[in-house]
Amino acid sequence: MSSALEVDKVISHLHPEGSFDLADHPVPTGREEVWRFTPLKRLRGLHDEAPFGAGACAVEVSAAQDVVVEQVGADAVERGLSGLVPTDRVSARAWAAADGATVVRIPQDTVVDGATILAHTGTGAELAGASHTVIVAEKFSKSTVVLTFAGTAVLADNIEIVLEDGAELTVVSLQDWADDAVHHSTQHARVGRDASLKHVAVSFGGDLVRHDATADYAGPGGSVEMLGMYFADEGQHIEHRLFVDHTAPHTKSNVVYKGALQGQGAHAVWIGNVLIRKVAEGIETYEENRNLVLTDGCQADSVPNLEIETGEIEGAGHASAIGRFDDNQLFYLRSRGIAEDEARRLVVHGFFNDLIRRIDVPELEEKLAATVESELEKNVLKAFK
Amino acid sequence: MSTLEINDLHVSVETEDGPKEILKGVTLTIKDGETHAIMGPNGSGKSTLAYSIAGHPKYTVTGGTVTLDGDDVLAMSVDERARAGLFLAMQYPVEVPGVSVSNFLRTAKTAIDGEAPKLRTWVKDVNATLEKLDLDSSFGTRSVNEGFSGGEKKRHEIAQLELLDPKVAILDETDSGLDIDALKVVSDGVNRFIEDKNKGVLLITHYTRILRYITPDFVHVFVNGKVAESGGPDLADELEANGYDKYVSAAV
Repeated sequence: MSSALEVDKVISHLHPEGSFDLADHPVPTGREEVWRFTPLKRLRGLHDEAPFGAGACAVEVSAAQDVVVEQVGADAVERGLSGLVPTDRVSARAWAAADGATVVRIPQDTVVDGATILAHTGTGAELAGASHTVIVAEKFSKSTVVLTFAGTAVLADNIEIVLEDGAELTVVSLQDWADDAVHHSTQHARVGRDASLKHVAVSFGGDLVRHDATADYAGPGGSVEMLGMYFADEGQHIEHRLFVDHTAPHTKSNVVYKGALQGQGAHAVWIGNVLIRKVAEGIETYEENRNLVLTDGCQADSVPNLEIETGEIEGAGHASAIGRFDDNQLFYLRSRGIAEDEARRLVVHGFFNDLIRRIDVPELEEKLAATVESELEKNVLKAFK
Repeated sequence: MSTLEINDLHVSVETEDGPKEILKGVTLTIKDGETHAIMGPNGSGKSTLAYSIAGHPKYTVTGGTVTLDGDDVLAMSVDERARAGLFLAMQYPVEVPGVSVSNFLRTAKTAIDGEAPKLRTWVKDVNATLEKLDLDSSFGTRSVNEGFSGGEKKRHEIAQLELLDPKVAILDETDSGLDIDALKVVSDGVNRFIEDKNKGVLLITHYTRILRYITPDFVHVFVNGKVAESGGPDLADELEANGYDKYVSAAV
C-alpha cells in the first residue's frame, strides 16, 4: 500500500523538510531552533559521527494473542509505511544504520486482550545502537503495544506507528533507563480515517532522553491523544518534542504532558507544536503542559506553538504552566492535621493521578504510582527523614 | 473541658512598604459550648485573626499569646495546631487536584487521631455526614474542592468539621456566598457540632443572616484590628439595624 500523503507545502518553522540523505542534515551546532535546548555534548556523538554497533539493547517480545511480531530486513516494505522522513540528523543516521526492523502487526478486525510488550534492556555495550520498529494496526483492530526501555545504552531509534481506517491503538513508550543511558527517539504516527491513537510517553530514567513524537492524518475523523509523564532528577535532561500536523478535516488532537523536576541541574523541555492546515476544517486541538518544580536548581522549558491556516475549526487552544508547590494547598492540607511530608506527597500524587487514570493501561498503573512514590523519596521527602 | 484563650494578639503582614500591623491587640476567651460571633466591616482583620490562629505563614505574630487548654498554640506548626484540636473552616477552600475527597478525609482523620479509623464504621460515618449535608455519595470520588460550587465547598468544610471533631472550630465567613437552603444545611451542621458535642465555636461573619440559624452566646464587634465592643445576641440585632458606622468612625 502507498502511504504517500498529498499535502500542500507549508512554509513553517514547525515543519522542517525531512530527508533520508545524511548530507541534508549537517552536524548541529546547538544554535538551531530544534537543538537549542539539548546539551549536545552529552549526546555521545549520536548527532555527529558516533559509530553504531549491534547488541546495544536486548529486546524481549511478549506478544498478546493474535498479534504478530516479526523481524524484517532493512529494505522491507514496512519501513517508511508511516510516512516518516527524518527531520534531524540522529533520526536519519538511525534510519541508515538500522539493519532491519521489528514489525508488530495487529490483524484486521481483531480486538486484542492485554498488551504486547517489547522490553528493551540496555546491555551497557560500548557502541551505540540504532533500531527501527513499525507498529501496524490494521483496519478496525483494537490493541495496546508497550515499549519499555531499561538498563544502560546509547540508543537512537525510529518508531513508526500506522493506524489503518477505524483502528484503535494505544502505544506506550516507557523510558525507565539507568542513570547513564542516552536515548534519542523519533516516533511518528499516521492516523487513518476514523482511527484513534493514544500515544503515551513516560520518562523517568536516563542521563539524556530526547523524544520527538509526531502525528499526521491519512483521512478525516482521526483522533490523537498524546499523554506524557516525566520525572527529571538531578542532572537529568528530559526533552519531549511533539508535533501534531492536522492534515485532514474533522480530526482531533489532545496533548497533555505533566512532569516533576527535582535536584540540581534537572532539566525538562517540552515543545508542543500543532499545525492546522488549510484543508483541516472542523478540527479540534488542545495541548497542555504542566511542570511541578519540587526543589531549587531545576529548569523547565515549556513552549507551545500553534499555527493556524484556516479559521474554520471547532477549537484550538493550549496551556502551559511551571509552578512550585502551592503554599495554599499545603496550608489547607496541614490545617487538617496532615503533616508536611504527607501533604507534599498527596499534592504530587494528585498532580499525576488524573494523568495516570487517563493513560489507563492496567499493566502499567501500579508501576507508575510506585515510581512516583520512589521518586518522591529521593528529594521531596528526604528532608523529613 | 477546652478553652481557647487569645490574649493581646498582635499580627502583621509583609507589604511592599514594609510590615503592616493588622491585629492590634485582640483578647478573647472561648470555652466549651460557647459560640462567639465576630462581626465587623471588610478589612477589619477578622479573617487575619482566623488565619493567624491556624498558623498561615503569611502572617507574623508580633505580640501576645494564644493557648488551647494552656498549651502554646503559637509555638506549634500548622498541622500540630490541627492535631491539638483546632479547626478552621475557610472562606475560600483550596483546590487540590487529583486528591479525592475520601482519600483526603481518611488521611486527615488518621493524622488527627494518630491511627487509621476502623474501615467499616468510617465509611458509614462519612456517608452519613455527607448525606446530612446534602452531598451525594459520589462526592467522595471527586478531587478536593475542584469544580465544587460555592455551596459545595462550604458544605465540604462542615463535613470535615463533623468528621474530624476538633475541640474548637473557627468558621471564617462560612455563610458568604450561600443561598438560603445551603445556609440552613450548613447551620444545622454547625449546631450539631455545638449542641450535641458541647464544643466551642468562633463564628466570623460579615452579615447577621447566619445568626438567625446559629444563636451566639456572645457577639463581638471587630473594628480596626481589635474588639471594639462585646455583648450578647442583642448586639447583633443592633448591628443589623444601625450598621458599623458608629464603631468605624470611633476607631478613626
